[in-house]
Amino acid sequence: MQHTEEREHYLNASHGLKSWLLTKDHKRIGLLYLFTITLFFFIGGAFATLIRIELLTPQGDLVSNDTYNKLFTMHAVAMIFFFMIPSIPAVLGNFFLPIMIGARDLAFPRINLLSWYLLVAGGAFALFAMIAGGVDTGWTFYTPYSTTYSNGWVIATALGIFVAGFSSILTGLNFIVTVHRMRAPGMTWFRMPLFVWANYATSLIQILGTPVLAVTIVLLFVERVFHLGIFDPARGGDPVLFQHLFWFYSHPAVYIMILPAMGVISELISTFSRKPVFGYGFVAFSSVAIAVLGFLVWGHHLFVSTQSAFAGLVFSFLSYFVAIPSAIKVFNWTATLYKGSISYDTPMLYAFGFIGLFTVGGLTGLFLAALGLDIHVTDTYFVVAHFHYVMVGGTIMAFLGGMHFWWPKITGRMYPEGWAKLSALVVFLGFNLTFFPQFILGYLGMPRRYHAYPEEFQVLNVLSTAGASVLAVGYLMPMVYFIWSLKYGAVAGANPWGATGLEWRTASPPPVHNFEETPIVTHEAYDYSTVHGEEIQVG
Amino acid sequence: MADHGHTETLDLRVQFDTAEQQKDCSTLGMWIFLITEIMFFGGMFACYSVYRQWYPEIFAICSTSLNAPLGAANTCILLFSSFTMVMAVRAGQLGRSRAIAGWLIATLIFGTAFLGVKAVEWNEKFVEHHIPGATFHFAELSAGQQGPAQIFFSLYFAMTGLHALHMVVGAGMLIWLLMEARKMTYSAKYYTPVDVGGLYWHFVDVIWIFLFPLLYLIDRHMKG
Amino acid sequence: MGKLHLFPEQASTLAPEVDHLLYFLVAVTVFFSLLIFFAIFFFAIKYRRRSAGELPHVQHTGYTLEILWSVIPFGITMVMFTWGAAVFFNAARPPKDAIQIYAVGKQWMWKLEHMEGLREINELHIPVGRAVRLTMTSEDVIHSFFVPAFRTKQDVVPGKYSTVWFQPTKTGKYHLFCAEYCGSRHSGMIGWVYVMEPQDYENWLSGGAGEGSLAQNGQKLFESLACNNCHKSDHSGRCPSLEGVYNSNVKLASGATVKADEAYIRESILNPEAKIVAGYEPVMPTFQGLVTEDQVLQLIEYVRSIGPKTPAGAAPTSPAPAEKQASPGSVPAKR
Repeated sequence: MQHTEEREHYLNASHGLKSWLLTKDHKRIGLLYLFTITLFFFIGGAFATLIRIELLTPQGDLVSNDTYNKLFTMHAVAMIFFFMIPSIPAVLGNFFLPIMIGARDLAFPRINLLSWYLLVAGGAFALFAMIAGGVDTGWTFYTPYSTTYSNGWVIATALGIFVAGFSSILTGLNFIVTVHRMRAPGMTWFRMPLFVWANYATSLIQILGTPVLAVTIVLLFVERVFHLGIFDPARGGDPVLFQHLFWFYSHPAVYIMILPAMGVISELISTFSRKPVFGYGFVAFSSVAIAVLGFLVWGHHLFVSTQSAFAGLVFSFLSYFVAIPSAIKVFNWTATLYKGSISYDTPMLYAFGFIGLFTVGGLTGLFLAALGLDIHVTDTYFVVAHFHYVMVGGTIMAFLGGMHFWWPKITGRMYPEGWAKLSALVVFLGFNLTFFPQFILGYLGMPRRYHAYPEEFQVLNVLSTAGASVLAVGYLMPMVYFIWSLKYGAVAGANPWGATGLEWRTASPPPVHNFEETPIVTHEAYDYSTVHGEEIQVG
Repeated sequence: MADHGHTETLDLRVQFDTAEQQKDCSTLGMWIFLITEIMFFGGMFACYSVYRQWYPEIFAICSTSLNAPLGAANTCILLFSSFTMVMAVRAGQLGRSRAIAGWLIATLIFGTAFLGVKAVEWNEKFVEHHIPGATFHFAELSAGQQGPAQIFFSLYFAMTGLHALHMVVGAGMLIWLLMEARKMTYSAKYYTPVDVGGLYWHFVDVIWIFLFPLLYLIDRHMKG
Repeated sequence: MGKLHLFPEQASTLAPEVDHLLYFLVAVTVFFSLLIFFAIFFFAIKYRRRSAGELPHVQHTGYTLEILWSVIPFGITMVMFTWGAAVFFNAARPPKDAIQIYAVGKQWMWKLEHMEGLREINELHIPVGRAVRLTMTSEDVIHSFFVPAFRTKQDVVPGKYSTVWFQPTKTGKYHLFCAEYCGSRHSGMIGWVYVMEPQDYENWLSGGAGEGSLAQNGQKLFESLACNNCHKSDHSGRCPSLEGVYNSNVKLASGATVKADEAYIRESILNPEAKIVAGYEPVMPTFQGLVTEDQVLQLIEYVRSIGPKTPAGAAPTSPAPAEKQASPGSVPAKR
């Protein structure tokens, strides 16, 4: 009989499906999200597998071209809207943001549950579209193809994304109000963990950017269904206007995907160096700076779209600006290691992997921001490699690192460290083998979204597919051992890592209302002197 | 189960420490939601700005064909409805449930009147063949100008349609508040839903204040 | 499996410029990546945890380091920006004596039209060492004209014209790809650019005349559509004469002045009410739906041919085989 089952906590306080589906507990909602996004990760991953197998040969011989076009579209839709964007905020943010600031829950628990249902509903629409025949417009839905020419399930998919967008908006709203108004006594802004700052900045983007995507989808909908011709060139409309509206959200969206990941990395680097993050204030402000600047650069997706040269100059300039706060973070994390006490637990390995891969991915963004170079590499595999480096090599690594880090807190169990280290290595190697050749392919001139390609591109494509199979193994391993650990993993104490942060002051798993008594915060963030030796007095 | 010394009440839910904190959060939450709505409508206003700059004369001519007296009447109706809404909130502050209900009913009546006038206008557009699509024909413009005229009317229907949708949702919200008011849910201590509902209603009103001149009054002062 | 290529050929004047910028960016990337990798590697080993209760001393963070590692990267990125902008401006400004060729993208093929009247599908023959300017549009969805060996790319958008230019430096054949997803056969919308020695190009041009130059066809259209009833060259018609109009400044009734370039001429044909020339009535009917994009290009070429005699507007660069009537039994135009 395990010791934890005797104590009441959020997992065993109530039982039955209804207690989960009607829960108001942010921790349970985080787990509901975990289930949903994992499902969509597998769906998106299945599409990716088919894509990479098709690309083993230069001819389009595995699937028809229409099917292939649906595969890459649905891969991106599933991954971006139903996995990446919710992942860290809705799983780890939901679970830990209230605890980290000493609150009993988010400001609006029922809206939090509604957010999850909206994601599920949106996902249902998208899944329906995928099963009923698929959509082939690319996740970018450029007009006039999407409004007038495509025969796929455009509307169903667009509706799914629309509904999921509101999930994102409401989560952002919830987080902002919570951080502003529900911090425990003594938890000033500059004592908050950097993970909270990161999610706060992400929430700013979510509330300001997502509505623009929503209205863009509305315009797409009315043009396709009611033939109102806002983007129709035959009626004097501008198809490129759609691109402006689309990217006005979709560029900040990539910062929605990376900022929470950076927040996780701050926590991991600090904990496993046993030192406060170097330049806390700079890292905190850089998150907000990225959120703000991220809204000013969307035109770098339109350099060859017939956008004016002047606009191109402005957007190129600002795109270099937005790189600087990210660079500041990387330098600060590295400096945190200096004279630290570094341990090589799995979460730290993921953090190291993140920093390396994000550095490469972020720096290749600078290639794309250079106007003269972008002309050649835009719409090629260079871009595909760039964004997979930051989103997969970046965000997914951080997500996995965070899951390993907080797994004992969430479940009360430790995962098996040996297997976890091995899978981190497999992921890192598989990832690089998959995506590094794509930089070369892109500069060679292989365009994106190509079902068949000239023979001379085959060797690099084969390398990429080989890498993808290794990567897949790396992703499957945690699935297996995390589930295994629920029954057989070592029981975890309140603070197995010796981390700071209020979540480590409460039991593993936490009680329903997070704390037995509301904590009163008297120490700065990342104060490791309070973890060793003296026990902190809570309340 | 830890209940932290208080059982949950409407004005003090379990996640909050004080009723004031709860009210603060609700209000801040509604303001943030309204900011998202500004961004939502903002996308359409951006499209409008681009196309008005591209086709200024066509936009002016199409705008003149809209029924400005009806639009102006609707503007007044909405302004009155915002007034009655404010009075409902005031009644809430004073804890007068029957007055809340009364003023909410007045607001609903104005809101419904607005939608009715809108329906009349849209019908007018249908009769005049100003609905974009295969049947569109704007008599005062030449064949080459029909396209941009369709863009004007596409924006007209999209923007006023989106606004009307928000009014319908607002009406639903008013009905719900009305039912709660009649159940004596609200008091001087707790009338937050009426308060934040009022914020939403005012916002929908303000959107119309922008829509009306932008759609109905382009260059109208220059026409005979 | 075929030869392993790792770097594309350089076949245009722009290609080395773009590649040099690439080398700079690669150097910066490698430098900073290695810097970070080694710092992490080094710190992770040197400062590895040696005992369980170890607690590092916390140093105070200073502003100096933060400023240093913000300002220096910013400086480097500004170099990247300026260099990238310079290359871009070269790529965006075709020389005045560039050969003019038209391209129309449609699902799922590229139609190329030489001024001399030759039409190609998915192939473009051009001479080495001469600048070529493509004016392009689409008939349906957005496509993108991409020649990796030239390092150029430009979207083609329905309803507007876009331009790209290149000057090939090496003979050979180079991939042409569509680089903007456009539906089922997006990856099939590919072809070849054939760069030929000048003499070979002349031979090729003269081999396929058949149908008359673009300008000649445009003139025929001008007459068959009765444009010449109003646009009389002696200024006696109800409409402005089009002699010498191409690329000149036109004063509009609204008071504004516009340049009579390809986009203006296209708009005048398809949407004549949009810009009325000062001193004239808006009486021109629209030809939207009555002419295809190809025919619009022919009309534009005709207007250019009666335009002012600039190098770009001059008679075709090749000695005029197209001016001659095609003799019976000549090689038919390349398809």
